Amino acid sequence: MKYLLKEGIVVDPKANSAKKLDVLIEGSKITAVAKNLDCSGLEVLHLEGCYVFPGFVDMHCHLREPGEELKETILTGSRAAVKGGFTAVASMGNTKPPADSSAVISLIKEKARQASFPVYPVGCATKGMAGLEPSEIGELVEAGAVAISDDGNSIMNGEVLRRVLEYGQMFDIPIISHCEDTNLSGNGVMNEGFYSTLLGLQGIPNAAEEVHVARDMILAGLTGARLHIAHVSTAGSVALIREAKKRGIRVTAEVTPHHLCLTDEAVKTFDTNTKVKPPLRSKEDQEALYEGLRDGTIDAIATDHAPHRRDEKETEYNVAPFGISGLETAVPLVWEHLVERKLLSPVELAQKMALNPARILGLPERVIEAGAEANITVIDPSLKLTVDVSEFVSLGKNSPFDGWVLRGWPVMTIVSGEIKYSRQLQKI
Amino acid sequence: MKFKRKDVLGLEDLTVEEINLILDTAEPMKEIMTRDIKKVPTLRGRSVITLFYEPSTRTRSSFELAAKYLGADTSSIAIATSSVQKGESLRDTAKTLEAMAADVIIIRHSAAGAPHLLARWVSARVINAGDGAHEHPTQALLDMFTIREKKGGFQGLKVAILGDITHSRVARSNIWGLTKMGAEVRVVGPATLIPPDIERLGVKVYYDWEEGLKDVDVINVLRIQLERQKKGLFPSIREYTKLYGLDQQKLQVAKPDVLVLHPGPVNRGIEISPDVQDGPHAAINEQVTNGVAVRMALLYLLMTGGEKDEISA
Repeated sequence: MKYLLKEGIVVDPKANSAKKLDVLIEGSKITAVAKNLDCSGLEVLHLEGCYVFPGFVDMHCHLREPGEELKETILTGSRAAVKGGFTAVASMGNTKPPADSSAVISLIKEKARQASFPVYPVGCATKGMAGLEPSEIGELVEAGAVAISDDGNSIMNGEVLRRVLEYGQMFDIPIISHCEDTNLSGNGVMNEGFYSTLLGLQGIPNAAEEVHVARDMILAGLTGARLHIAHVSTAGSVALIREAKKRGIRVTAEVTPHHLCLTDEAVKTFDTNTKVKPPLRSKEDQEALYEGLRDGTIDAIATDHAPHRRDEKETEYNVAPFGISGLETAVPLVWEHLVERKLLSPVELAQKMALNPARILGLPERVIEAGAEANITVIDPSLKLTVDVSEFVSLGKNSPFDGWVLRGWPVMTIVSGEIKYSRQLQKI
Repeated sequence: MKFKRKDVLGLEDLTVEEINLILDTAEPMKEIMTRDIKKVPTLRGRSVITLFYEPSTRTRSSFELAAKYLGADTSSIAIATSSVQKGESLRDTAKTLEAMAADVIIIRHSAAGAPHLLARWVSARVINAGDGAHEHPTQALLDMFTIREKKGGFQGLKVAILGDITHSRVARSNIWGLTKMGAEVRVVGPATLIPPDIERLGVKVYYDWEEGLKDVDVINVLRIQLERQKKGLFPSIREYTKLYGLDQQKLQVAKPDVLVLHPGPVNRGIEISPDVQDGPHAAINEQVTNGVAVRMALLYLLMTGGEKDEISA
């Protein structure tokens, strides 16, 4: 198959440029990128006014398979990903059973092959995600794990984490930390602050995250491991990471669209779709996250897509599970709330959502140049739509953004040359 | 003035005018309670369901009697808190009660916000009888009714709320109501039981009882849940009583005519000493009477809008 993407604004994060160019795709590769490419005899897709990005990578999502297929499957999650503009995802290992064996990693890879979408599994850091003994990291990596993590279950024992980091660094993979001191977070369900006081809900203090961010980076320094901090949510964490990077600690960090777009004030309605870990924080924390993104302290934007069944969320705030279904709203949320407000340029967006996550996970580089794999995300900045969870292809309809009007939706997603999603062609 | 709300979920939402209307309406209701035949036909043919996910004696009986004195039919459902996780979901229960044609559902639940969800799911009117540590509007209204009766009003009144503020729905509802009505509200308790940023609700925070209770007109003593001690929120019952238990000595720093309230049930000799509890300043039993009157007023206003003039008949 051979086709031309005509006159889109091609974003090149390496050259720090965004220029109107044509992109020729043949088979799975980009074969030419230039002005006014000859299009005679070619299928031409007109992209005037649209941004053509290197393919976005979601480095943090939960596809729930195996074990919780009523929440999501690798197939439905993959379709949600391409509709959301992602050309690859990393799926967290807190499945049932957890991805602490090569068997589960292989199953995920096989299901991804059937869904014909690149799902990169994250293996568990400890056996059964119990935080007691390191998992067989070597075998997990050999089976295809691109990172290891006990996401959701913070490793509370510092000695165990030290051994995981020390052992894991031999395989040149990132160790992803969900930073939460579970003694400090306790039974908390939202951010500790004015709104938890107002609502009488138990709070989770910023310190519950920051204590572990500090500890984990100190242990990364001790072991030389490559540490990636998942879903940074507090101003204190941003400051700690900034300082550790200055000291040369091998640490990277991500932030979620929901922490960038919502604060704990949103919990006031008792909408359980606002219940997420780490919790939605204060306005001051959010400002610090913006600053962290701008100055490079935070490397990536990742969804932490956490689909749940409708009935699980239609319940008391204390009882509902944590998590937001995020794959299908990430791009327009970030566009509307950061790019439109000039907090992030399109080039920076490409770094945070394509280049950096691929680099951190060691995936093929995300670039738009001749010879590169044709992984492309096309965004229409003028397309303004209302979020409607009933239209989600994800099984998880648990979004606090239902009804939000956003600009900057993905309109085409190309994975290895194949158009996986096209709004115009109504293809998904 | 008409009362136009569908539900009463908290004092945060109520206006000064609505609070005054409820308190004014509770006065003739209290008179009904003094009659030999304590029953009027105002709400005849209406159904009131109490749905309690937490054990309660006084609030539940108070609501049921209030409904019965006004002629409504009542039914009660008690669900052990432990079944919340595995039993029928709140939503399914809500739909069941809706199908039984309940006019009013009175809900108490250990989870903050449960009444708010219920109110969204059913067309019946919903009254919050206490949700977690969030709000307990009828308790605050009966406290305010008692204060108004004893003190004549709220403007400029100094009210101290003493004890575990963090876990108290009574405290939150009182803070909303009293600050709206112009009282000066203080919260007094140990730092571990005062939630962050509560000053933003317009109250002053005191850890020291001597400063906190100085010259106050009203002290509302909260019940201390003894299991909080196990969680390390205070070192011992003994020390709590010493520092925050209301006794004669602490009462001395307040105004000479200080009014002492307690939402009950009382841990005798812990948060309040027996001589204060049974002494002349305390109005704890009157609060219970006023509770029925206030709940009658609320049921009446919710179901009729306050236009039926049958209560004085």
